[in-house]
Amino acid sequence: MDILSLFVVVPVITILALFLAKGLKQSRIVAMAGSLVQLAMAFHLVYAYVKERAINDDIMVFMRDVVWYEDFNIHYAIGVDGISVALITLTAIVVLAGVFISWMMEDLPKEFFVSLIVLATGVYGFFISIDLFTMFVFYEIAVIPMYLLIGIWGTGPKEHAAMKLTLMLMGASAVLLVGILGIYLNSNADGGPLTFNILEIAQVNIPFAAQQLFFPLTFIGFAVLGALFPFHTWSPDGHASAPTAVSMLHAGVLMKLGGYGVFRVAMFLLPEGAMDWSWFFIILSATGVIYGALGAVRQTDLKYINAYSSVSHLGMVLFALLMLNKTAWTGAILQSLSHGFMTALFFALIGMIYGRTKTRDIYKLGGLLKVIPFISVVYVIAGMASLGLPGFSGFTAEMNIFVGAFQHTDMFHRVATIVSISAIVVTAVYILRVIGLMLMGPVKSEFKDLPKVRWYEVTGILLLLIPITALGVAPLWISDLIMESIKPFIQGVIQ
Amino acid sequence: MSFSSLLIMRHEMLLLVLILLLIAGEIFIPKHKKSSLVHLAIFLFGIHTAVGFLPADTETLFGGSFRTNDMIHLFKNILNVGVLILLLQSADWITDKLIGAEKGTEFFILLFSSLLGMYFMISAGDFLMFYIGLELSTLPVAALVAFDAGKRKSSEAGVKMILSAALASGISLFGISLLYAATGSIYFDVMAISMTSSSLSILGFVLFFAGLGFKISLAPFHFWTADVYEGAPIPVASFLSVISKGAAVFILLILMFTVMRPLIDAWQNMLYAIAILTMTIGNIFALRQKNMKRFLAYSSIAQAGFILLGLIAGTQLGASSIIYFVLIYIFSNLAVFGVVQAISNKTGLEHMDDYNGFYRTNPMLSLIMLLGLFSLAGIPPAAGFFGKFFLYTAAASEGYYLLVFLAVVNVTISLYYYLIVLRAMFIRTNDHPIPYFKNSLYMRLGLALTVIGILAIGMYSPIYEYIHSISSLLN
Repeated sequence: MDILSLFVVVPVITILALFLAKGLKQSRIVAMAGSLVQLAMAFHLVYAYVKERAINDDIMVFMRDVVWYEDFNIHYAIGVDGISVALITLTAIVVLAGVFISWMMEDLPKEFFVSLIVLATGVYGFFISIDLFTMFVFYEIAVIPMYLLIGIWGTGPKEHAAMKLTLMLMGASAVLLVGILGIYLNSNADGGPLTFNILEIAQVNIPFAAQQLFFPLTFIGFAVLGALFPFHTWSPDGHASAPTAVSMLHAGVLMKLGGYGVFRVAMFLLPEGAMDWSWFFIILSATGVIYGALGAVRQTDLKYINAYSSVSHLGMVLFALLMLNKTAWTGAILQSLSHGFMTALFFALIGMIYGRTKTRDIYKLGGLLKVIPFISVVYVIAGMASLGLPGFSGFTAEMNIFVGAFQHTDMFHRVATIVSISAIVVTAVYILRVIGLMLMGPVKSEFKDLPKVRWYEVTGILLLLIPITALGVAPLWISDLIMESIKPFIQGVIQ
Repeated sequence: MSFSSLLIMRHEMLLLVLILLLIAGEIFIPKHKKSSLVHLAIFLFGIHTAVGFLPADTETLFGGSFRTNDMIHLFKNILNVGVLILLLQSADWITDKLIGAEKGTEFFILLFSSLLGMYFMISAGDFLMFYIGLELSTLPVAALVAFDAGKRKSSEAGVKMILSAALASGISLFGISLLYAATGSIYFDVMAISMTSSSLSILGFVLFFAGLGFKISLAPFHFWTADVYEGAPIPVASFLSVISKGAAVFILLILMFTVMRPLIDAWQNMLYAIAILTMTIGNIFALRQKNMKRFLAYSSIAQAGFILLGLIAGTQLGASSIIYFVLIYIFSNLAVFGVVQAISNKTGLEHMDDYNGFYRTNPMLSLIMLLGLFSLAGIPPAAGFFGKFFLYTAAASEGYYLLVFLAVVNVTISLYYYLIVLRAMFIRTNDHPIPYFKNSLYMRLGLALTVIGILAIGMYSPIYEYIHSISSLLN
């Protein structure tokens, strides 16, 4: 068994083991054990990758290729580069943190953890695939459990939110499917066989007319999952209704599939289409950045604030990708990672606060810093990371993005960049507003004695807090890992 | 006629023997032991199905009226497997409802006669044999639909079915006569050569197509579907939507790719419109259905629209993806119908709201339903995804991107109503959910087979590759 396929096999074994488990206690132990193994594997993968990279110059390493459907030239083809390794590690950490946060999942615990791990399987599979078909299969496997996760264990108008989210994401994946078919059926443009393999298609000069037609389909297909304005509406409703761990996993990991897919498929395979369409999507993503931030200011529900903030932050990822240069792309990947940890942490904290106070309305909360100091302090730290304070992960990411964006000297890019940058100011507004209203001030009588933070909650928080600080303090190591892998991709676009 | 030529018709012969044995059983088995007839029928049909998988020769009989080759053989085997699963799933219903009323044997005989008709229809080498097969496959089903004689709806459905079927086959027959006028022959092989794209032959084709369109329930020939499904007993509705439709698709595939090939420019345009119409109408009407049988009726109309994507392509890829899709469709739809039937057998409930909270009392059945619906909706890793993906590929590779786009939009719509069923089972709660019940061995076997099929057919690629290699026989 190769090192990458294990990332699909171990979750599947975990799922099978979960079916045998009985009750909450056994289920959570099994889920935790499985996720721990995955985390260990992820760390091992980073180590092995760095070692392999020193001696191996290929775009992807640890490649493996098994023919699946010969007539269509569909393969189970896997391989990773620095970007996928980083995102796999993110996934492993967030999944484990999510299991800890759901430690007290009373209602149908077994089914909950099964759905959670099915989602994780899809995400891992997506990140290791270099075959479009396999990638698409994993993409759908990652998205569909959300319906049950939100529907069964959610709160509020959960049926509506679950249906809206699922239909919008599956609708997007339907559009994506047409795009993928278009790429596949044009992959013989240079006289070779039809293929789904990303690396092989990248060598082919797909005709410009086809690129022009299929780039928007592929881009939108992926970017809806990355909360592209105006297709972001599933995200606030979905996050607000989802249970804590699901919000964490969804905002932290699943939405990263969007940016990753845009980068790996749409832009890598259809570079001319990307150039041709970039102006249009820059307008959408810059609008999304500022719209998300302003939306967050208007909201009073903690989860909605965070969901809109995600729209803004992930809009920035798409915006950076559309800048089509190396610095901005490095920023985009860093932003994905940073946002993944940060937003997962936010949702975890919100879940804890809601579990104690039974409200998420910031006007009803107040003075929490004195009652639950640990949670509150971490909330402040996460907030600081979110508004891009130096020393945390967000700063490095946004710095790279805007330095990259300013490399374009024309008016259009300048305006778009300035609009996006202004969102940082708005971010400060909504973060500080929440901190002021919720954490500061006098303690309200109904929140006088809230339960102390428990060990599993602390574990979950620390799992996410450590990477945020690490990314901020020592960003170079990780950006080296990423930069190296961006090179072959950016070359395709520049040519 | 030598003995070896009997072997060529062994599907038909065996099934005929089976029917005769059942008649003998009806006469000689004493009244209080009649329930053993069910075991006997299922056992014999199991043997029949197994024997069908033995390799076959490529041969024609009766001067070309009857022909068989590996592909036709495969079609019959697929139908056999479907009927076998259907029998397993409906064993309880037959034992409980029919044996007591002394209608058990009739049920089997009618069902098998219809299947026999499908064999002849698929194996036909000329339009005469085809038409006999078509009638033989349709008429017994009309009787089956009215099998719940006590219920008004059932009798009404039977009458509706027979009237519309008669009209459809009449129109079809008229079309065949026009085609005969245009080509001067009823033999497929001769017609394929002498067919030209004249207005007479196109008119003949369109009329002929209406008859098969009725069986597959393509829009605008779909109106009978929902009412008949609702009135019919569930096993019969299941038979109509799975086996009957599958057989009609197979023969349509053969005819379109051989006899009607010269008219391809005409029928591609026609099918384009019908495909969009069928998918959309099926989906839109399915959205608001609350009765499970009506719901499945519209869902199966929508599914039929997807099959046309492969036909439109007109390529070998299209043919193999259709066969593959039908195979998957049989398993997926039988899984769903199986669960509906299991619930209906134990409780008599068929309304969607009755399913609220079903997962908490009957997790196994709910999961099977989930798998079946996901397969119908085309969500991996269920086989339905692969079936649909290959159909899209077939259509897109001929440049029908817009049609594929409309199809995927329709899939998203269909996902909505499939999720509604899952919402009832998994998400909604119920003060009085359907209590836990245990299924009989037959039912469990029938459901297990569908689950294995749904999981294996997609993931295990040699099945598709075999179908692909065999579909070259069409040209």
